[in-house]
Amino acid sequence: MEWYLPMIWAAVIGTAVSFYVILDGFDLGIGILFPFARDERERDQMMATVKPFWDGNETWLVLGGGGLFVAFPQAYAVIMPALYLPVIVMLLGLIFRGVAFEFRSVSDSQKRWSFAFTAGSIVAAFSQGVILGGLIQGIPVANGAFAGGSFDWATPFSALCGLSLVAGYGLLGATWLMMKAEGPVGQRGRTQAKALLLAVLVCMGIVSLWTPLMSERIYARWFSLPNFYYLWPVPVVTGVVALLLWRWIEKGREILPFVSSIVLFFLGYLGLVISNFPYLVPPSLTVWDTAAVPASQIFMLIGTLVMLPIILGYTVMIYWLFRGKVKEGESYH
Amino acid sequence: MDMDPVLLARLQFAFTIIFHIIFPSFTIGLSAYIATLGAMWLRTGTERYHLLMRFWTKIFAVSFAMGVVSGIVLSYQFGTNWSRFSVVVGNVIGPLIGYEVLTAFFLEATFLGIMLFGFNRVPPWLYVLSSAVVAVGTAISAFWILSANSWMQTPAGHEVRNGIAYPVDWFAVVFNPSFPYRFAHMLNAAYLTTGFVVLAVGARYLLAGIHAEQGRTMVRMAIGLMAVLAPLQLLIGDQHGLNTLEHQPIKVAAMEGHWDGSKPGDFYIFAWPDEKAETNRFGIAIPRGSSLILTHKIDGLFPGLTSVPPQDRPPVVPVFFAFRIMIGIGFFMIAAALYGAFLWWRGTLVETRWYLWIMSHCWWIGFVAVIAGWVVTETGRQPWVAYGILRTADATSPVPAATIAGTLALFVVTYGIIFSMGIYYINRLINRGPEGSAISDDGGGMANTPLGAARAAAREAISKP
Ligand code: HDD
Ligand code: HEM
Ligand code: HEM
Repeated sequence: MEWYLPMIWAAVIGTAVSFYVILDGFDLGIGILFPFARDERERDQMMATVKPFWDGNETWLVLGGGGLFVAFPQAYAVIMPALYLPVIVMLLGLIFRGVAFEFRSVSDSQKRWSFAFTAGSIVAAFSQGVILGGLIQGIPVANGAFAGGSFDWATPFSALCGLSLVAGYGLLGATWLMMKAEGPVGQRGRTQAKALLLAVLVCMGIVSLWTPLMSERIYARWFSLPNFYYLWPVPVVTGVVALLLWRWIEKGREILPFVSSIVLFFLGYLGLVISNFPYLVPPSLTVWDTAAVPASQIFMLIGTLVMLPIILGYTVMIYWLFRGKVKEGESYH
Repeated sequence: MDMDPVLLARLQFAFTIIFHIIFPSFTIGLSAYIATLGAMWLRTGTERYHLLMRFWTKIFAVSFAMGVVSGIVLSYQFGTNWSRFSVVVGNVIGPLIGYEVLTAFFLEATFLGIMLFGFNRVPPWLYVLSSAVVAVGTAISAFWILSANSWMQTPAGHEVRNGIAYPVDWFAVVFNPSFPYRFAHMLNAAYLTTGFVVLAVGARYLLAGIHAEQGRTMVRMAIGLMAVLAPLQLLIGDQHGLNTLEHQPIKVAAMEGHWDGSKPGDFYIFAWPDEKAETNRFGIAIPRGSSLILTHKIDGLFPGLTSVPPQDRPPVVPVFFAFRIMIGIGFFMIAAALYGAFLWWRGTLVETRWYLWIMSHCWWIGFVAVIAGWVVTETGRQPWVAYGILRTADATSPVPAATIAGTLALFVVTYGIIFSMGIYYINRLINRGPEGSAISDDGGGMANTPLGAARAAAREAISKP
């Protein structure tokens, strides 16, 4: 019990975070691509492809953060103070882009809220990358509490992670538009997707080289001997998926590019998990060190097992109700 | 810098949560009102209800967005500003908030998509059902978060080992002693708050002589509901107070400005509590009023502030005044609703312009009462953050004061912008009125259209030229 429960919870939170990254990823991506639209009419159309979904997408962030609070309060109590500034800046970014969805359609000055939407999306995406980078590079802990300074997270490495995530969300957004938008907006998605894919691959490459060099623990995880035999397929599969994705974009396929971008994200995520498991707060606290007591984890797990299928059910329902492409000049208001 | 990080963290939390609660107070009530309008539209096929539903849905969308983004901030602040709090009570409070996410937030957020944008895509019954689901979702959300907050006021079902709280009996945790009262009082507060907004908007239209039909409907629906809910709030509040006296007597002493527990308490209508001298100045009081309310005996005794040392007392002044503001508004609401009902019964409601004029200016009173109520509850709980378990001063994160001050300033600026723009847009939607907005929506002829027509309309209808 004491061993399995934290593992199960790590899996649940991992799932919530990957759902978040994929779902909110494409709608943050729309914000990142906003400046490249020709006019506000096109932006209306771009926004219309995500408007019914964005709130549900963002709720996965609340589940990820809330889940950490519930299942691993000790980790939550270390990570949040350590990454205080990027977390707050991310929240401020999400505030501006969140209200922009509604304000933009009731305001006279669409331009102003388009700008808020873009800026908020980029700031939120970049901060999320910085949070990830700050976590990977390690957090100093003493007596179970954060023991570093307010700006420890600010390193070239975390900035690189920030850029990677902006590019990655942009890629998800571009392939989403290929799938969901008609006319020039969908067309432009193809060119954008190609450029962003290159950027993502460069970033992934640098991060993959940098992390093992930065940390002996991660180096040993990948390159020590029995491990290497099991792990070499991960980079190889990533390469193959990237190639396929490139070809499908060139051919102008509609659904496959989006699906394979998701797979690409998932592989990058898998790489990070392999590097860091079982640490929740590298390099010192594991999932077991930080777990809530079994009574709390079990109580919450029951609810999760009952509710998660229901949530997934109505999530699928809403994507189905709003299926199909959004036409040129269409918008909700 | 010699700023106190605890004080700054409290200021930041107080600022962000007061900003947040403004929106739930409105969205909980408004979603229920919209669902009611939708049900009446489906049943009677009356176009008026449909127009009103579409009109309020637009306003709802703007408020809900502000509620969501300010709420996400709060859920992260437990970690950023109150990390010791998360460690000490996380085992107990965490799951309650987790259940809120699982049972309420996803439900609200998903069906909101249909409620706001599904109008021409789904059959009318599903559209109306979605607004009802959103309304239920907001109430479920209130259920869990108020359970968490009530546990912090009146902890139960737990045991403390090595300074950390562990759950023992989940039923006792969720349904802790003050929870039923707080849940009923807050939910009712949200409906009252919304009711007075609807009443004010209706009165505004009647006075201006525009949208008269919708204005009448709004005023009547609001008054009918308020005439029941406003007196009910007094009853619930009274019971709530008795419950607090049982579990947090010092809070009640602060609410009443009651210093010396060896004498019966007077009810102060006004006074200036002097914490140093441990007495009230400039008091105007109903002799023995508090004893009568709290103990139902004219010379009943209840604990006074001096029964505990000063460091265990909450700040008296804010609790004392906030309580009077809430009660004052409560009685005003009762008077306004009952008089309105009387005018309606006499058939002179629409002509009584002075009454409508006052009501049209009272849209904000519910919000003020809600905030005042929360200041009573939360400040009255001091110096504890989880009553008897963890003191506020011991609950903070190891974050330097300058960092908290900087982010607090960012929040003030951001919320200032968002709030003023939001109010401006909502006010403009109200000025534009129900007719303008709903008809230009090209749903004008949709009132009684059966399913098939709705489907046909769906293809082009979501477009705006
Ligand atoms: C009485 C009701 C009530 C109270 C006391 C609170 N909230 Fe709230 N909250 C709601 C009622 C609500 C709601 C009605 O469900 C909201 C408000 C408007 C909205 O959009 O949903 C919401 C939204 C909302 C969201 C966004 C949900 C989403 O993504 O859809 C979060 C994360 C929180 N809240 C978190 C909190 C926290 C951490 C609180 C306390 C410290 C809190 N709320 C107090
Ligand atoms: C009319 C008579 C009223 C009485 C006697 C009353 C009584 C109370 C009491 C005793 C508390 C504090 C409970 C505690 O901290 O333990 C409280 C809190 C509160 N009140 Fe009132 N109240 C009244 C009217 C209102 C009105 C009109 C509103 C809003 C529309 C309102 C909203 C609140 C809120 C939001 C709280 C904080 C949450 C809670 O603890 O329930 N109250 N009220
Ligand atoms: C939504 C309505 C609420 C309002 C308006 C509100 C208001 C406040 C205020 C004014 C303070 C500062 C008190 C002081 O420092 O003197 C405070 C503190 C606090 N409240 Fe609430 N509160 C609300 C609900 C909640 C809920 C639902 C929770 C938890 C589940 C909560 C948890 C806290 C915590 C952790 C603090 C910080 C410690 C403190 O300063 O007391 N509050 N709140």
